[in-house]
Amino acid sequence: MSEAIIRLENVNKWFGQFHVLRNLNLDVERGERIVICGPSGSGKSTMIRCLNRLEEHQQGRIVIDGTELTNDLRDIETIRRDVGMVFQHFNLFPHLTVIENLTLGPIWVLKKSRSEAEAAAMKYLERVRIPEQAHKYPGQLSGGQQQRVAIARSLCMSPKIMLFDEPTSALDPEMVKEVLDVMVNLAEESGMTMLCVTHEMGFARKVADRVIFMDQGEIIEQNTPDVFFDHPQHERTQLFLQQILH
Amino acid sequence: MSANSAMASRGPAYSHSRIGWIKDNLFSSPLNMLLTVLVGWLLVMAVPAMSDWLFFDADFTSDTAQECRQAQGACWAFIAEKHRLILFGVYPYDEQWRPLLATLVLVATLVCSAIRFFWKPWLGLLWAAALAAVAILMWGGVFGLSHVENDRWGGLPLTLILSTFGIAFAFPFGVLLALGRRSHLPAVKSLCIVYIELIRGVPLISLLFMSSVMLPLFLPEGFTIDKLLRAQIAIILFAAAYIAETVRGGLQAIPKGQYEGADALGLSYWQQTRLIILPQALKVVIPPLVGIFISLFKDTSLVVIIGIFDLTQAAKAAIADAAWRGFSVEAYVFIAVIYFIFCFAISRYSQRLERHLDKGYQR
Repeated sequence: MSEAIIRLENVNKWFGQFHVLRNLNLDVERGERIVICGPSGSGKSTMIRCLNRLEEHQQGRIVIDGTELTNDLRDIETIRRDVGMVFQHFNLFPHLTVIENLTLGPIWVLKKSRSEAEAAAMKYLERVRIPEQAHKYPGQLSGGQQQRVAIARSLCMSPKIMLFDEPTSALDPEMVKEVLDVMVNLAEESGMTMLCVTHEMGFARKVADRVIFMDQGEIIEQNTPDVFFDHPQHERTQLFLQQILH
Repeated sequence: MSANSAMASRGPAYSHSRIGWIKDNLFSSPLNMLLTVLVGWLLVMAVPAMSDWLFFDADFTSDTAQECRQAQGACWAFIAEKHRLILFGVYPYDEQWRPLLATLVLVATLVCSAIRFFWKPWLGLLWAAALAAVAILMWGGVFGLSHVENDRWGGLPLTLILSTFGIAFAFPFGVLLALGRRSHLPAVKSLCIVYIELIRGVPLISLLFMSSVMLPLFLPEGFTIDKLLRAQIAIILFAAAYIAETVRGGLQAIPKGQYEGADALGLSYWQQTRLIILPQALKVVIPPLVGIFISLFKDTSLVVIIGIFDLTQAAKAAIADAAWRGFSVEAYVFIAVIYFIFCFAISRYSQRLERHLDKGYQR
């Protein structure tokens, strides 16, 4: 039996007195696509940020591809090389051009040569359908284009796992589709493990292998999209779905 | 042409004319009219008198002080007589081409460093060569040049050397202090805080005084550190504390998302700091940093307290000459112009640098 690529065991986290993650248990298989939804404050972003140590969990174990996440800097760096993240507010580097943003990681972390990194970067820019923007600065691009650059930037590191923290929440409605199209394409063609926190239920239906509903730091329900949306079992899930599907 | 379009075409043309501009900007309201009249009156009072004193009634060519004192205006002949003392201090008269050449080499290298074309790895070599040239020219002792001890150095080359090395060493030191103050390691953080607060709590003059008078008391018998070096180190230590706080302000201005984006890529602390954080932080604090550099350039005049002959002290020495008494205004105007030229150049360069770095942020 293949071991899960992500395993959370009894993970607990507090922000001061506030118990944000309560006894989380989750196994993610290699190549699985997971969508995490839930009301704000439910801990969904915190949970995925724990996966690449942007947040620290206080109790429990997190194991990513066989390496446990601890305070050991080397383990953290190993894990971050294999886990890519796309943020709600893009977090592109404004003082570098698009191509420089993309090649920064490969050159300095993966120690690739500049020409190799640039060739790969152009390939990923074409994959997200904006190769002509390579020499522009992020400030000169629209929100949807910036988010696609952010996706390409993570892809350039050839990660095994991609985390998406509400990637379309900060975009104008017209641009949401272009980013979702890229993510659907990525899900269908690459076979990469993807964890996506989002409110885009259409995307979840199309792409997810599993939809997870979180509330107040706990996983309330998880199921395949069909069962999740058509036959939610818990009352809180039903309430949530009523509120967002209108 | 119909009447309407004739009027329309006259409207914009009118407000762009000179009369239109004057009417719109200088006389548009009662307050503005009053201010315009006031400023006009001040100009009428000041400008003719100043230009008379500076140029029209000034004496450029007298040989003696008595002749020069007859003139109504400034006595620039005094500067013609004393300019070598003011510019080069008490450096041996015949060898003054050496500090002149050293000054030119230093200024040329500074100008080159400012031009983007020269921002290549060999700029370091260029600086090493320039510094070697300056050292050889000023000290001598090789290549048939007579040896000149550095307590005879003075004037403009000395001010330039103190400022250039002061800024060059204080800047990286200040950046490290700023990073250290934001560190999570308690020892590093406390050390940096203590250093910054101690140094900021004392005036530069007392640091110079301490370096000159107190330090020799702590050193072992017979072991002396060169006075100029002591002054240089005091200036570097002083400026570093202020640069540290300014850079820290810039570091605080970087949004947390930048650190997270860099972390998510797997960049180490030093890679992040060098590639992502510092470039953005330093760009944001160029205005106050340049202010510190300009202040530092002028603060070098304080080395007079420990008997080093900088540009200001040289001007005072020129005034002290019994044969040419009473021309202190001319001397101070002369060095003020020199200080202004350098400070203004730094300021203009920083504006150019900011405009250049802004290119990525304009749509």
